[in-house]
Amino acid sequence: MQASRVLLHPAAKPVLFGAALLPFAWLLVGAMTQQLGANPAEHLIRATGDWTLRFLCLVLAVTPLRVISRIPAFARFRRMLGLFVYFYAVLHLLSYSGFDMAFDVADIARDIAKRPFILVGFTAFLLLTPLAATSFNRAIRALGAGRWQWLHKAVYLIAALAVLHFFWMRAGKNDFAEVAVYAVILGGLLGWRLTRFMKKKGIIPASPGLI
Amino acid sequence: MLIKSSDDGFIHPASSEITSRTIYEGRRDMLRLMAGGVAGAALASWAAREALAQAVPFQRPGKLVALPARKSGVAGAMTLEKVTDYKDASTYNNFYEFGTDKSDPARNAHTLKTTPWTVEVEGLVRKPAKYALEDLLKLSAQEERIYRLRCVEGWSMVIPWVGYSLSELIKRVEPLGNARYVEFVTQVDPKTMPFVGSSVLEWPYVEGLRMDEAMHPLTLLSFGMYGEVLPNQSGAPVRLVVPWKYGFKSGKSLVKIRFVEKEPRTAWNKAAAQEYGFYSNVNPHVDHPRWSQATERRIGEDGLFAKKRKTLMFNGYEAQVGQLYAGMDLKKYF
Repeated sequence: MQASRVLLHPAAKPVLFGAALLPFAWLLVGAMTQQLGANPAEHLIRATGDWTLRFLCLVLAVTPLRVISRIPAFARFRRMLGLFVYFYAVLHLLSYSGFDMAFDVADIARDIAKRPFILVGFTAFLLLTPLAATSFNRAIRALGAGRWQWLHKAVYLIAALAVLHFFWMRAGKNDFAEVAVYAVILGGLLGWRLTRFMKKKGIIPASPGLI
Repeated sequence: MLIKSSDDGFIHPASSEITSRTIYEGRRDMLRLMAGGVAGAALASWAAREALAQAVPFQRPGKLVALPARKSGVAGAMTLEKVTDYKDASTYNNFYEFGTDKSDPARNAHTLKTTPWTVEVEGLVRKPAKYALEDLLKLSAQEERIYRLRCVEGWSMVIPWVGYSLSELIKRVEPLGNARYVEFVTQVDPKTMPFVGSSVLEWPYVEGLRMDEAMHPLTLLSFGMYGEVLPNQSGAPVRLVVPWKYGFKSGKSLVKIRFVEKEPRTAWNKAAAQEYGFYSNVNPHVDHPRWSQATERRIGEDGLFAKKRKTLMFNGYEAQVGQLYAGMDLKKYF
């Protein structure tokens, strides 16, 4: 199959890796050449947050894509995309800590305790950390597939927290259009899994061809 | 009477009398040089005054019509801080009628139609009036005032505005004794303002001040900035500037000024009463529920890794406006 051949090509992973780094490169060049507008700090904090959410959508789209298209080769990219979620989350946290809080640990701790939306974002980051840390093959073997899968189900909670974090941040401007886009995408991807799960358990009748 | 002149219009100064262009263009430097002691002592002090008076803290951007003004004599109206670049001041704006992203207004506000423009002054006044913009411009002498601008979002700028104290207008319309508040209604036109239909805020955008706040000489009715008329995204053709309050208190593109007895419900207060109070004075000790107001980032100045600067009480205008709030619990009336 044509699609499988492309996905299984040895260059596919490096190409995706390079593409996933483009937003980072873009921001880096923008910051160095002062192309990020009047408030570059704010731009960097927001853009890295946006990209974290986008990669979260991408990585959660891998399995539905694989199942619906019946192209198992999609699964090759799941780990890398997942690690890019963490990569942009780290940049997001670093941008906030550095540009907003001047790396003042006491200030950051106070801020996390004080502002619910920061607490929610920080919790999502903390939950994401063990997932990134157990992404390599040895960790999967050490944990055993069952426990590993159970642990990585945390991604659903992380997705919910990430949207809540974004929602709260935008609540000040009563501006939920973008939040709604992410909520619909992530909700759709989680909903698809839920339907699939219930069909497997026979809670709802299976429709042929979808699973 | 016939005035005779032998001048046929072709008499010019000898070329040796014409100041050379380099010297003409360098006249400011010459003044400073003289101030530096090259000239006699008396001359030096004169030159120093000249050099200081002439030193312009900003360049006219040359994009819009010039709006000449004399420097303001109002106490606190001329901060010596570095003026924010016009580019930043005119591309980083909150003007929700044109979009909620801060780069939206500069992109979208070109549709705003600012001529003809009238401002209606109504309500509890002896002389209600409908002012054409041309008349409003001439109502009092235009002054240049350099104010700090602190946004509720935690950033700040320094802007050279052009306008006059709102009190000049208020005095003309003669408010009645029971006029305790002033309500400012801004333009709402779905045809030219693409985001007016959005549910973010209730339209039109309404703001308000207590009468004594509105009468304070620092409260500015502004028609221009950086020596030119206001760009649309900054609230053309006429807006309010209240430098000791968060920026959203300063309504843009005003169409109505109404004198009322009761405290008006303002746009952001209606949208989120627990986050935005009627007063909204800049106050580092009263945090926004979702972020600290103790510090701010000065746009275009504080580098990426610079620690943010401390926000000043009443945005640094405490000496001028502090007495307006004497005895008031500013945590309650935030």
